[in-house]
Amino acid sequence: MQLLTPSFGLLLWTLLAFLIVFFVLKKFAWKPILASLNEREKGIADSLESAKRVKAEMAQLKSENEDLMARAREERTAMLKEAKDTKDRIVAEAKEQAKIEANRIIADAQQAIQAQKMAAITEVKNQVGKLVIEVSEKVLRKELATPAAQEAHIQGLVNEVKLN
Amino acid sequence: MISRRVKGLLVAAFSLLTLTFSNVTSAQEHHDGETGHEEQVHLEGAEEAGEQKFDANKVIFGHVMDAHEFHFLSWKGADGHEHHATIPLPVILYSTTRGLSTFMSSAFEHGHKEVNGYKLVDNHILPVDPSEKVYDLSLTRNVVQMFIALALLVFLMLGVAKRYKEGQGVTRAPKGFQNAIEPVITFVRDEVAKPNLGHKYARFMPFLLTVFFFILINNIFGLIPGAANVTGNIAFTIVLGVITFIVVNFSGNKHYWGHIFNPPVPGFVKFIMVPVEILSIFTKAFALIIRLFANMLAGHIIIICLISLIFIFGSISTVAGVGFSPISVGFAAFIYVIEVLVAFIQAFIFTNLTAVFIGQAVEEGHHHEDDHLQHGHVDHTTAPTEPVII
Repeated sequence: MQLLTPSFGLLLWTLLAFLIVFFVLKKFAWKPILASLNEREKGIADSLESAKRVKAEMAQLKSENEDLMARAREERTAMLKEAKDTKDRIVAEAKEQAKIEANRIIADAQQAIQAQKMAAITEVKNQVGKLVIEVSEKVLRKELATPAAQEAHIQGLVNEVKLN
Repeated sequence: MISRRVKGLLVAAFSLLTLTFSNVTSAQEHHDGETGHEEQVHLEGAEEAGEQKFDANKVIFGHVMDAHEFHFLSWKGADGHEHHATIPLPVILYSTTRGLSTFMSSAFEHGHKEVNGYKLVDNHILPVDPSEKVYDLSLTRNVVQMFIALALLVFLMLGVAKRYKEGQGVTRAPKGFQNAIEPVITFVRDEVAKPNLGHKYARFMPFLLTVFFFILINNIFGLIPGAANVTGNIAFTIVLGVITFIVVNFSGNKHYWGHIFNPPVPGFVKFIMVPVEILSIFTKAFALIIRLFANMLAGHIIIICLISLIFIFGSISTVAGVGFSPISVGFAAFIYVIEVLVAFIQAFIFTNLTAVFIGQAVEEGHHHEDDHLQHGHVDHTTAPTEPVII
């Protein structure tokens, strides 16, 4: 029977002990511990969430980068093509221009040659004329050195003139 | 369902009662025959007292009951007197006529002497004048052991809490003892509180944790050889049961009380159901009280019985005692290991059932129709979440 009859002292002390332990632990142990656990769990959940977000962002960034790279490559190809075209065009133009210039130079040269030739020919003609006159003068001087010769020549000239 | 449980409990209680009655009477007859002298032979001293009869009743109940001292061993000295190795504990008595008196329990000299008009009979302090009304507030071994256990509990928990406050376990990984306590706390929160209490769990967490650790540390302390059987004492479990009863019923909402005083059953059944419902308020706490008490007491009794068997056989013949000791010790060790498990299981069951009962009390009315379809009308107090555990 003693087993089933609670003793007053133990009842009182147990009640007192439970209440004290409950309030002490509630205030100084359970509250901080539970708060810390919640905080940590929240922190971990947040970290995982942000990690996921960052991962998604990274993936997006990567795809964006790839896009950019592809575009850059395309652009480069386009630029190269354009440059080549430009070069070809410039070379062609330059060739064309050079041709025209050359033609012009050739024409000019020909003109100049012609002019020089004409000048040279004129010069030669003049020189030849002068020489002829000089030679003729010398010859004439020699033939007409004496008055008799002069008389005979004048006679001859007069004879040639027929007075009709 | 509930009636079966109550009946089971009543049977258990009555069998325990008859058992104790028979023990007390036989012990008293025995006592009268021996002229009131200290004849108790404790198992540790049994070899020295070979000619004396081994009284298993006294040994067993001496170990599982409360006492005014920590008693370790007794032996008969060369001078023929009994000697006891004990730690005396303070006795605090309040008499309505003589007021307060305090002294150490050693002053009784193991019941041989009267002190201040009080005498010690079978570990109970009685006034010499039987008409006097006395309140015994002594720090008995259960009280002292409980205080030591709780001081350790508070010390450990405040240490752990301090670590958390310093940020250990919040921003850094928990260390040392934190790792032992944290899974238990999260277990109580995630497996006990949250499933039973839903979103209201946070309010009851400090209570559930305190109940759990309060029972657990006292269970564990009770397993130390030579220690007192605190959780196997009905006073201890009554206090816990009554506190749970108060918490459950004070947190009960309109839905809960509506269920009790106006159960949704046809008119004439109400007359049967309302008393049953009112009874169920008390049976819940009663079941908690008896379950913890009986489980812890039974474990202690089994172990001490197994050890006592050695000396019972020993009193028949020394050879039988020695021969039986390996079997006895083996079984006792086996039960001991189970008791370690039971220490945790009972703390968990008490906490879990407390959470279940609070959960029923704070449950909102939206499950109303469901409840009745599921459980029928008669035994809806036995929710599916409430396991029937003895």
